Amino acid sequence: MLSDVLSGVTLAQTGFPDLMGGVTLAHYLFVSAAMFVLGLVGFVTRRNLIIMFLCTELMFQAAGIALVAFGRYHLDLDGQTFVIFVLTVAAAEAAMALALTVLLFRRRESLSADEWRELSG
Amino acid sequence: MIELSTGILNSLTLALADPAGAPVATSQGPAWAMAIPGLAILGALICTLSAIFGVKTKLPAYLTVGCLGGAFATTVALLMHFDPAGGAMEVNAWEWFAITWGDGPGQSFTAPFGFYIDTLTIYWMLFVTGLATLIALYASEYMSHDVGTGYNRFFFAFNLFVFSMACLVMGGNLVMLYLGWEGVGLCSYLLIGYFYKKDSAVQAAKKAFIVNRIGDLGLALGLYLMFVHFGTIEYAELFSNEKLLGYVDAAMAGDFAQIPLEGQIIALLLMVGAFGKSAQFPLYVWLPDAMEGPTPVSALIHAATMVTAGVYLIARMFPVFLASEWALPVVAWIGTITALLAATIGMAQFDIKRIMAYSTVSQLGYMFAGLGVLTPNGAAYHVLTHAFFKALLFLCCGAVMHGFAGQLDLRKLSGVWKMKGWLIVSIGMLVGCLNLAGLPFTAGFFSKDTIIAEAFVTPGYQVIGVILLITALMTAYYTFRVFFRVFMGPVYAEPGDDHHGAEAEAALEEEHAHAAADPAAGKQHHFHPHAPGWAINTVLAILTIASIAATGLYFVGGEKDVTTYRGEHVKTKHYAMTMVQKSSAAFVTPYDHHAFDHANHSGGAAQHADAHGVPGDDEIETGNPQVMINGVLVEAEGQSSHYVLVDGKLLAAPGAGTGPRGSISEPLSVLGTGLDPHKAMYYISGVIAMVGIGLAWFFHLAGRTTAAECRMDAVASKLGPLPRWAENKWYVDEFYNAMLRVPLIVIGHLSFWFDKLIVDGLVNAFGTAPRFIAGMIRPSQSGYLHGYAAGMLAGVAALLLVVLAILASAGGAS
Repeated sequence: MLSDVLSGVTLAQTGFPDLMGGVTLAHYLFVSAAMFVLGLVGFVTRRNLIIMFLCTELMFQAAGIALVAFGRYHLDLDGQTFVIFVLTVAAAEAAMALALTVLLFRRRESLSADEWRELSG
Repeated sequence: MIELSTGILNSLTLALADPAGAPVATSQGPAWAMAIPGLAILGALICTLSAIFGVKTKLPAYLTVGCLGGAFATTVALLMHFDPAGGAMEVNAWEWFAITWGDGPGQSFTAPFGFYIDTLTIYWMLFVTGLATLIALYASEYMSHDVGTGYNRFFFAFNLFVFSMACLVMGGNLVMLYLGWEGVGLCSYLLIGYFYKKDSAVQAAKKAFIVNRIGDLGLALGLYLMFVHFGTIEYAELFSNEKLLGYVDAAMAGDFAQIPLEGQIIALLLMVGAFGKSAQFPLYVWLPDAMEGPTPVSALIHAATMVTAGVYLIARMFPVFLASEWALPVVAWIGTITALLAATIGMAQFDIKRIMAYSTVSQLGYMFAGLGVLTPNGAAYHVLTHAFFKALLFLCCGAVMHGFAGQLDLRKLSGVWKMKGWLIVSIGMLVGCLNLAGLPFTAGFFSKDTIIAEAFVTPGYQVIGVILLITALMTAYYTFRVFFRVFMGPVYAEPGDDHHGAEAEAALEEEHAHAAADPAAGKQHHFHPHAPGWAINTVLAILTIASIAATGLYFVGGEKDVTTYRGEHVKTKHYAMTMVQKSSAAFVTPYDHHAFDHANHSGGAAQHADAHGVPGDDEIETGNPQVMINGVLVEAEGQSSHYVLVDGKLLAAPGAGTGPRGSISEPLSVLGTGLDPHKAMYYISGVIAMVGIGLAWFFHLAGRTTAAECRMDAVASKLGPLPRWAENKWYVDEFYNAMLRVPLIVIGHLSFWFDKLIVDGLVNAFGTAPRFIAGMIRPSQSGYLHGYAAGMLAGVAALLLVVLAILASAGGAS
């Protein structure tokens, strides 16, 4: 059933990736999905702000990989262009996020995300 | 459009005007008549300005005296100008209410801001403006302690009162009367509560206002019903309204069945209003408390003028009252009960101002009884004499109160006559007391007599006559109780606790310095009563003379042939009677109709008919006691003949049908003694007055050596609890408190809690529901970042699953 769905998504190439064959789009997508899930699990489970931030970066890059893979698959440069933008934004965001993390650390003398609960209802 | 329909209405009224009776013709009055209320409102304006500019002199008082004096002069000019032959005069300032909703009669409501001037109006305005001027002059001195503080406020309310009273009395329709009615109520409230820092004054003001509301409700309802029933509330139209004239004719014939219930209830409703304003029995409780106001106010508003508004209303609306089977009997009985009740309370009070207040209530009761026993003449004359002598009495009491630092207890004052500088006050008090007691040949004697005698004349009202005579005895007693206690006897004065005046303060300071030099001087000697100054003395002197002069009105001003609004011809005896008979209050009683001189010999009937001089009536002048009046042949026999003389309608002779008070079966006499009431009453009530004065002399002056103790004390102690009950006003206030005030307070609290719990609770429930629901989902906002992240993850996962499911089903379908 899942393969049916994927067949709808992947448009040109159908069927499950042949593990012994060449590197196909599916391989890239599996890597991307794995990275994304790692980042997600890391984000949910860890308390350290820096680690959590790194996890978000991981998810970003997972998405980037997927984009580049699709771009290559469709022989279209838009995906790659988009990733360049994402990287740029991510770099800027990283600078800000780290600065914020430093400030937050100064406030509480701790990097734990649980220290910040002001939104509690 | 509005004017057009008014025109139609007018022509309609004219067309319908009773051809047989004399339609009330009205003429255009002089515009300067408006100066009477105009000057009063100008005075109010001046006082407002002087309050704004912070005038700290007696200027507003003198300007008030000037304005009100001008109003009085205008009233006198109006009296000179007024020609009764032309009927009432109308002066309309502007169109006030003019509402039209159709073309037919009764489909438009008009009430111009205008005045209706007839003899009754002028009669009333003469003493209202005259007394107001005098009392304003008196107040200029009396209120001198308040110069710069409440002085402007006092005279503002004073002027506004005169303006409102002018609207009430002169107003050309019931809406104007209502305006004035509420206006005087407001001014009364403002002036009773003049010392607004004193709790009792504030309470009294509220009481007066609230009790008057009950009466005003009646007046308002009467006004509405009047419009609904007669289609007009303008006097000029009302008194020529053929419906009303028809009712009066039916009532005169004793045929009340012809008059619809609605038409009869109007009078009862108006009567409730009159009871409230004139402090009659169920609603009298506010007037004694109203003495919390400054004394000039008590004299002007709560003795002489405002409280007679009820009498005015009934006199003005007399045709409407005649048309009701019950209204006038109720008025008579309530008036009598009030007179008696207030007199009993007055006998036991110790505060001289309160005694005067109860005597005012009692005398108002006389006036109402007078109206009820069909003598508006007597009532109007009593209003006038009472206005003078009661104002005089109050002003004398005020002078005493002013001079003795607020002392009003008759046990603590004595022998004021012998003190230096109090002669005019004492003489004024004596004259006032003699009038109130009804000593023969005083004005009060004649006016009270007219009412009592008329009670004996009117069939079915002898009991009222007896009660009024008993009340007269009480009145003479309590009046002279005050005089003998306060003005006669050993010289003694204990000051009251009212040292607010700067003048009194200065006098005290001086005394203190004196006392310091002379340490032997006791504390009692510190107090110096200050005798009244020129303004008070002048006013008292004028009022003393006026009270005496009012007697003269009983002997002058009678006219041989006065035409009433109903076209009857009346011979009047004195001035007040003339003024009343020319107005809408006209009512012909057998006594008014003809002097009694001819009553006791046969053949008098023909002479009576002569005296009528009714033009066009067929009179059979034979020697027989038979008279043809208004086409009805009536037998007139002996003494009872004079009942027939009133056009054969008013009071019927034996066998000639029934009059408004039933048929007459016995000749006129006092309780069957065979005495002619009007002659007998002069002697009877004269003796009664002197007995009352004698009793007061015996119990309160003879053998009295101190101010506090007298022979009455021994008698009072033998009477058991009666004196105490009377002193406590028969616990009427307590009764009202328990029966009305407490239940109202309980209901008020219940309503409060109903509002708080049920109404507010319901509203608050709508507010609490969202809070409650929010409380249930609030824990999801934990504040933990991971919580949100997990939530988001779960949400996205769920969304993805849904999308997958949809896609799967779509794929499965395709």
